[in-house]
Amino acid sequence: MVSRSSVVGVVLRTFIASFLLALAVVVIYPLLWMVMNGFKTNSELFGNPFALPVQLTWDNYAKAWNRGVSSYLMTSILVTVTATIATVFISAWAAYGLTRMQIPFSRTVLALILGGLMLAPAVALIPLVRMFQALGLYNTFWALLILYVAFRIPFTTFLIRAYMVDLPLEIDEAAAVDGASKARAFWSIVLPMCKPILVSSVILNILFTWNEYLFAMVFTSGGDLQTLPIGLTNLMSKHGTEYPVVFAGMTIAAVPVILLFFLTQKYFVRGLADGVGK
Amino acid sequence: MSAPLRTAPSRTDAAPLPLHPVEAGARRRRRSRGWAWVAPALLVLGVFVYLPLLQNLQYSVMEWDIYAGGSSFVGLANYEKLAGDPVFWRALFNNAAYAAVSLICQVFGALILAALVEGLRSERWRRALRAVYFVPSAISLTVAGLLFYFIYEPELGILNALLRGVGLESLTQAWLGQEGTAIWAVIAMSQWQGFGYSTLLFAIAIQRIPQDLFDAAALDGVGPIRRFFQVTVPLTREMTGLMIIVTLSGAFQVFNEVMVMTSGGPNNSSQVLVTWLYRMGFGRNDFGYAAAIATVIFVLTLGIALLQLAITRKRRVEW
Repeated sequence: MVSRSSVVGVVLRTFIASFLLALAVVVIYPLLWMVMNGFKTNSELFGNPFALPVQLTWDNYAKAWNRGVSSYLMTSILVTVTATIATVFISAWAAYGLTRMQIPFSRTVLALILGGLMLAPAVALIPLVRMFQALGLYNTFWALLILYVAFRIPFTTFLIRAYMVDLPLEIDEAAAVDGASKARAFWSIVLPMCKPILVSSVILNILFTWNEYLFAMVFTSGGDLQTLPIGLTNLMSKHGTEYPVVFAGMTIAAVPVILLFFLTQKYFVRGLADGVGK
Repeated sequence: MSAPLRTAPSRTDAAPLPLHPVEAGARRRRRSRGWAWVAPALLVLGVFVYLPLLQNLQYSVMEWDIYAGGSSFVGLANYEKLAGDPVFWRALFNNAAYAAVSLICQVFGALILAALVEGLRSERWRRALRAVYFVPSAISLTVAGLLFYFIYEPELGILNALLRGVGLESLTQAWLGQEGTAIWAVIAMSQWQGFGYSTLLFAIAIQRIPQDLFDAAALDGVGPIRRFFQVTVPLTREMTGLMIIVTLSGAFQVFNEVMVMTSGGPNNSSQVLVTWLYRMGFGRNDFGYAAAIATVIFVLTLGIALLQLAITRKRRVEW
């Protein structure tokens, strides 16, 4: 005989499982629709929206690639790689100073660096544009690089510092006894020990830079300098109603970060978890 | 992204004995060498974050003459203009709507969702669902925004097609093309894009609750719904507080998705503070007015962040 409560339990569990699965479909289906539409012709697109593409042709992907996506992709890769390296390096360097060195007014320094977390980039936008115009850096690669580094240092330093604080000071002292300088201790001992949080920082910064829109839109106006998010909106406005090409471009922009997320989930989740407080 | 400021116990300020002059000199040199470590970060932040922030305050009390090329002090005129600008108030309302819906979906909804996912028996399913829900947060808001632009599109979009398919033909409409629905359609997209992020974080918080607490409650005959309120909710309070702050602060900085999906239209009905700032600053070259809007964003986001600091500090004292 089945008790009443266990029947209720089974019904409830089935209901919850169906709800969770339905939500997964709501998340995945639009993404599949995007990829599929990249394979359709324009007339197919305006036909039944739920239909599968008649044939799998890469034409739209090739068109998107040739209409600027290859160049947007290169710019995105270049900006992402340089900004991520510079941000993580400067932040790790600062985190070492904050946890290992005697610095006058150290609490003020800490507050200044981490206080940047509280500031919205949009607030600095108008003066930054005028500053970069005056410096002759407006619409250059350097503008994006500098801005991405400047606005990501607080969060990255916060992450790495929290990790370094937990490393025992003895390892530095052992190095000092061996006569290694502080810089040597940083490079050859402390930095390698911070590898997990450095990987997390790199991944989070890649994701940020790859997807950033406000600065990329305001500080670049020329074709060669535009990153994927801006390039995609160009693709949309320039080529009228050839929407399948836009879908192909969106897919090309989305796939690398989705792959990155799935391949590095462990580090990624750890970075997020550490970043929002243990 | 906002995060809590944690001040670790300082390890470097112990100086128990007065130092011999020579030693004190060496110590001073050592101290000043410490600056070399933080100088690059401080310099970059000072020039490209803090300086423009201060300049923005200055800009907000100036007016630019774009033809003659000069600027003059106008006091609080830009702020008075702001108070009388209906689009500014519309934008502020839209940001507040963004905040309210995001709090419901991405904080409270996500907490319940995370509890449901973590309550599943199969670890493989738990992991798969967490990852799947997160995927929209990995892709950019630009891609997500463009995707939903097409989903809402009356001719080729799947939303209207879906409504027609289930016999709700009367509900089909140009979601982004009407003043009454545009901002809500954008907000809905944003929930789709962001709920997996907070669900993942809440899942991590729930995993950190010792399993014994759930087991003990279950042994006492406490049902799953009461376990949620008596164990899960109180023990994830810190994460909930944090997510409230992050969500609120983010809601007042929205730009990307609105720009991609509606550019603030139709008829300015979906403007938010940052898109209006952008339009005033770069569309009309009214830098002073744009700076005044920026100051409002500054005050709102800083206020929210300071609230977080005050709350975490108070909690630390309570412990």
